[in-house]
Amino acid sequence: METQVAVSRQRPQRRLGDVVFSGAALAAGILILVSLAAVTIFLIAQSLPAFSADPSDVSKDGRGFWSYVVPLVFGTVWAAALALLFALPLSIGIALFISHYAPRRLALTLGYVIDLLAAVPSVVFGLWGITVLAPAMQPIYSSVVESLSWIPLFAGPVSGTGRTVLTVAIVLAVMILPIITALSREVFLQTPRLHEEAALALGATRWEMIKMAVLPFGRPGIISATMLGLGRALGETMAVAMVLSPSVIISFALMTSQNPTTIAANIALNFPEASGVGVNVLIATGLILFLITLLVNSLARFIINRRKEFSGAN
Amino acid sequence: MTVTSTGSKVSAHPPMRRLPRGTMWATLALSALLSAGFFTLLMFSGSTSDFNIVGTVIVAAVIYVALSFVMSRLVEGRRRSSDRLATGLVTSAFVVALLPLISLVWTAVSNGLNRFDAEFFNSSMRNVVGAGGGGLHAIIGTLEITAAATVISVPIGIMTAVYLVEYGRGRLSRMITTLVDVMTGIPSIVAGLFAFALFALFFGPGIRFGIGGAVALSVLMIPVVVRSTEEMLKIVPNELREASLALGVPKWATVVKVVLPTAIGGIITGVMIAISRIIGETAPLLIIAGMSTSMNYNLFSDRMATLPVFVYTQYSNQGADTQAYLDRAWAGALVLIVIVMVLNILARILSKVLAPKGSR
Repeated sequence: METQVAVSRQRPQRRLGDVVFSGAALAAGILILVSLAAVTIFLIAQSLPAFSADPSDVSKDGRGFWSYVVPLVFGTVWAAALALLFALPLSIGIALFISHYAPRRLALTLGYVIDLLAAVPSVVFGLWGITVLAPAMQPIYSSVVESLSWIPLFAGPVSGTGRTVLTVAIVLAVMILPIITALSREVFLQTPRLHEEAALALGATRWEMIKMAVLPFGRPGIISATMLGLGRALGETMAVAMVLSPSVIISFALMTSQNPTTIAANIALNFPEASGVGVNVLIATGLILFLITLLVNSLARFIINRRKEFSGAN
Repeated sequence: MTVTSTGSKVSAHPPMRRLPRGTMWATLALSALLSAGFFTLLMFSGSTSDFNIVGTVIVAAVIYVALSFVMSRLVEGRRRSSDRLATGLVTSAFVVALLPLISLVWTAVSNGLNRFDAEFFNSSMRNVVGAGGGGLHAIIGTLEITAAATVISVPIGIMTAVYLVEYGRGRLSRMITTLVDVMTGIPSIVAGLFAFALFALFFGPGIRFGIGGAVALSVLMIPVVVRSTEEMLKIVPNELREASLALGVPKWATVVKVVLPTAIGGIITGVMIAISRIIGETAPLLIIAGMSTSMNYNLFSDRMATLPVFVYTQYSNQGADTQAYLDRAWAGALVLIVIVMVLNILARILSKVLAPKGSR
């Protein structure tokens, strides 16, 4: 006891190199704090004029900031939710295929191929969406609208170009596929081997094994992967800006030429020509987008942190 | 007697009947044929102008999944048939996901090659209307802005990771970890708005220059670098640190001379992945770097063209000669894809070659 106390009292010698190096490391860490604080402060500072601006300066119809923002928020959430609807089942399927169905040798390569999708720049996705996907989808849209227009989702008049919110959602789904796939694959691979073998030993088929052992284990991972994908879809700019033929409305119709646009796309399209309080309005919408994605991402992190077991899920 | 009784027992619980091996492959071939036949008919009847490959694949997958499910249900019973259904669905999910990738690469290559020529790589768009011109100014801009972003982000990112792994204790380090997570989720356009808001404060609201783009990209790049470096530093075996410290080496020298060199392969890989992620970013550069048609080597003054913004503007401001603009856009897109792919593949190779020795 006595000696231990004596040892801990003995201060280690402080070397100059140590002080400088650890100081630099600490400074870098603090710089992250500062820069994030700066992002928030500057965005708030630049968007304050928008909240108090004269309504007629904010938008053409002169109904003020909030009536300008609400349709944008709706469009952002709507497009992202649709994208998630397509991407989630597909990516769980792909993740299962890579982790439990494909031959071991092939699995790594296949995973890499899907990761390549994540590396494609969004502007290229936008270009692809508008030159390939939109024209290809247009005939399908017109036949669907012709036969099913009594369902509000498929209400007419059909878009002549295919540049609808549904096309955007498909492009967004392709973009967030690799994110959700990568994370869920990681979690599926961490399913305890014994659970899987126990299920198989009881005579379960492969699907029953997956249903009983893999999916319950991976559920938190899937949820957080979904949230991260959603965060990406909410903030995606160029693909939406290029593909969508936008208007500021709230509408659930998927295949018309009147589509609710998203915050990010609206900023990208209007920023280069904006001036005066218009700039502040756009920055304010950016701040709202930041808050939405922050909320979604924090929720994802919260779920991940509650289950520390899968450390690989970044 | 006994024989018949066991016989009746067996018939009460019949052995699981299985479809003969190879049935599934035959079904797959059959459904592919059916689907191809259907779409060939469509083509000849004139409903579609040419053979619809995507439609063929999707319809074939649907027919195959349905057929195999029904056959298995009739012969093998409910449990096996749902197993077959799941296998079919999971596999077709993968195939369906490959379709956009293949289509995208195919379109980019076939359209991009039209203008993937010497002129594209040695001329700018200055005074070019219609055909001709190139993307040299955009390529230079992209390289300069990305290099500047890398110079800003890599030291900050690596030092933050060193702090988190080697020094960080308690609340501050937890807070930094959380904030790095938050930064990972910042939408790229918000990063652009931040850079704009920052520089507009000092230089007025009309500010557009390259270094602003670099700052915006750094906001996106730093968290990626921190994350990957942190992972790499964590797998450096503790024995190495302890051995070095036991020899009386100061801590900073241990980190610089022992820990970082051990993890250098993974760190370089992470940096390259981060670069490949930001090099294709369009939105922040559109806002703060702007667009120009001439060469601009100076990061600190005037608008600067970058490859993604070049692609975007070529598409969105098509002149009278539409095809020339589209061709340039696709050529730019192809250059971008090639750069990103090369960076990714190089990163994979480097991570194999420089893999930390001694771990796992």
